[in-house]
Amino acid sequence: MTTDLDTSGEGLDARLVVDRGTFRLDVTLTAAPGDVVALLGPNGAGKTTALRALAGLVPLTGGRLRLDGAVLDRTPPESRPVGVVFQDYLLFPHLTALDNVAFGPRCRGASKAEARAQAAQWLDRMGLADHAGAKPRRLSGGQAQRVALARALATRPRLLLLDEPLAALDARTRLEVRAQLRRHLDEFEAVAVLVTHDPLDAMVLADRLVVVEHGQVVQEGTPADIARRPRTDYIAQLVGLNLYQGRSEGHTVRLDAGPAITTTEVLTGPVFVAFPPSAVTLHRERPTGSSARNLWRCEVAGLETHGDQVRAALTGELPLAADLTTVAAAELDLHPGAPVWATVKAAQTHAYPA
Amino acid sequence: MTTPGRTTAEHTAADTLEGGPRRGRVRPGGRRGVPLPLLVPALAGLAFLLLPLIALLVRAPWRDLPEQLTGGEVWQALRLSLLCATAATALSLVVGVPLAWLLARTEFPGRGLVRALVTLPLVLPPVVGGVALLLALGRNGVVGQWLDSWFGITLPFTTAGVVLAETFVAMPFLVISVEGTLRAADPRYEEAAQTLGASRFTAFRRVTLPLIAPGVAAGSVLAWARALGEFGATITFAGNFPGRTQTMPLAVYLALQNDPAAAIALSLVLLAVSIAVLAGLRDRWMTAS
Repeated sequence: MTTDLDTSGEGLDARLVVDRGTFRLDVTLTAAPGDVVALLGPNGAGKTTALRALAGLVPLTGGRLRLDGAVLDRTPPESRPVGVVFQDYLLFPHLTALDNVAFGPRCRGASKAEARAQAAQWLDRMGLADHAGAKPRRLSGGQAQRVALARALATRPRLLLLDEPLAALDARTRLEVRAQLRRHLDEFEAVAVLVTHDPLDAMVLADRLVVVEHGQVVQEGTPADIARRPRTDYIAQLVGLNLYQGRSEGHTVRLDAGPAITTTEVLTGPVFVAFPPSAVTLHRERPTGSSARNLWRCEVAGLETHGDQVRAALTGELPLAADLTTVAAAELDLHPGAPVWATVKAAQTHAYPA
Repeated sequence: MTTPGRTTAEHTAADTLEGGPRRGRVRPGGRRGVPLPLLVPALAGLAFLLLPLIALLVRAPWRDLPEQLTGGEVWQALRLSLLCATAATALSLVVGVPLAWLLARTEFPGRGLVRALVTLPLVLPPVVGGVALLLALGRNGVVGQWLDSWFGITLPFTTAGVVLAETFVAMPFLVISVEGTLRAADPRYEEAAQTLGASRFTAFRRVTLPLIAPGVAAGSVLAWARALGEFGATITFAGNFPGRTQTMPLAVYLALQNDPAAAIALSLVLLAVSIAVLAGLRDRWMTAS
């Protein structure tokens, strides 16, 4: 992968190489001040290692790290202008919320009174003025998250790192904290990099996604772009699309393995074709007079409920996922092993160059 | 030579090594279904541990006790014991906590060997420790000869020698206890402190040390109790001079040969101190968990 090298520029310019024998991380990350970049990837992809390398907690075995033009490759963590919100926050349990937030300014040379005054301001901005004297174990998950954010921001970092910032929260708190966090990140004037395996967190919080698999960047772009044009099975699964790879000639995409798919786009050469499970219609009998251009003979491999929908995993000519209502599933008498016909309209597919 | 007053300290030490008291007690489901082959030896063991203490109480010259204990030598020995044990604990803290941190938090070649050597005094007969100290710090010792000729410092047969002998024997208890607590403490707190601008030392001082305080306290009490009961290394390295190097255990041993009643009285004092320590320790462990 190539990157423009703007050595004088503000913001983050990094190629993080960490070699651990069996695992090699090689990720290039660039971001301008004000950018929020999400590192998205499955567990074990190397996201957290990348974050720790940015913080200086893991030494780089190669590559480079520049922040606002300064080379930080060998700078110890305590001397980097980097703030970290850890996954489980790691608030110091023996210190109050106020002293947790004051810890950074104090270490960076502020007097005790000055550090506390700054910390009080940060807590106030986070809406936590009432909890300044509370020990971390007395704080709720959402409050602890905000204290952790305040603690990281209080050192006025030029790079803010957030490791799975919402993973430790329950579903209800998560919704609220996600919205708050988005607001705080919008206000943050330097580079923010967050690591997550949750596509929704990534899409809500970040302006740009960098998808990492097996220590490599497999795709990057805006959330909308990635949601619309996934390039790996992992991303397709995250954004809920059926994804296939093949060669296109005119309106027909011949898949590398399996049948052809008719699309509306006219492309030539290697392409991806994607369509959502909701675009698939299932029939027990071979449909006659259907306007759909794509028809495949499949077999139900499994069923699971998704809210009020049923998602059917199909095998056969073309492995795919199909969404249908619970009523439709009952009427079709779907059960594992049931033979079905699947149709998809050409207009519902989306083809793009590989 | 046997070492009186050793068993109590070692039993509490063994408990800590296995993390027993901190993890809370395992309560088997009541008395029902305890097989006799386990119950009988268990009770025999319990009786064996308690019997000597009971004997001590039964044979104690209760009537003459005030008289026995008002002797100046008793208080002199007790004062010296408390002073030396406290000094030895302080010395152990100053060098033992950093040593425990080094063992728990860093990687260096031969760390396993260093750790084994640190724990050696736990299993080494204290008399051997005393002999070894003489060879190292004695007037003609490997280091002692230079201390003597350069600084005019002689350590054997002085109160400082008592402190050193006790430190040698007691410090491993502290190191092992603190190292265990450090290993159980999440090292990522130190990392979090570093990302906030703290050097590794500041992170240790302001974050790790407060977090492991209960372990340090427990280790200190263990080390203190061990130092208080120290006999073998002390008598070998520091001798038995009343008022200078004669600690309580030494006084007990000496008294036993001339005046058994006095020995019993002194033993009672040590027993009371030990029980007080144990009670203090329990409270600390209870509140720590």
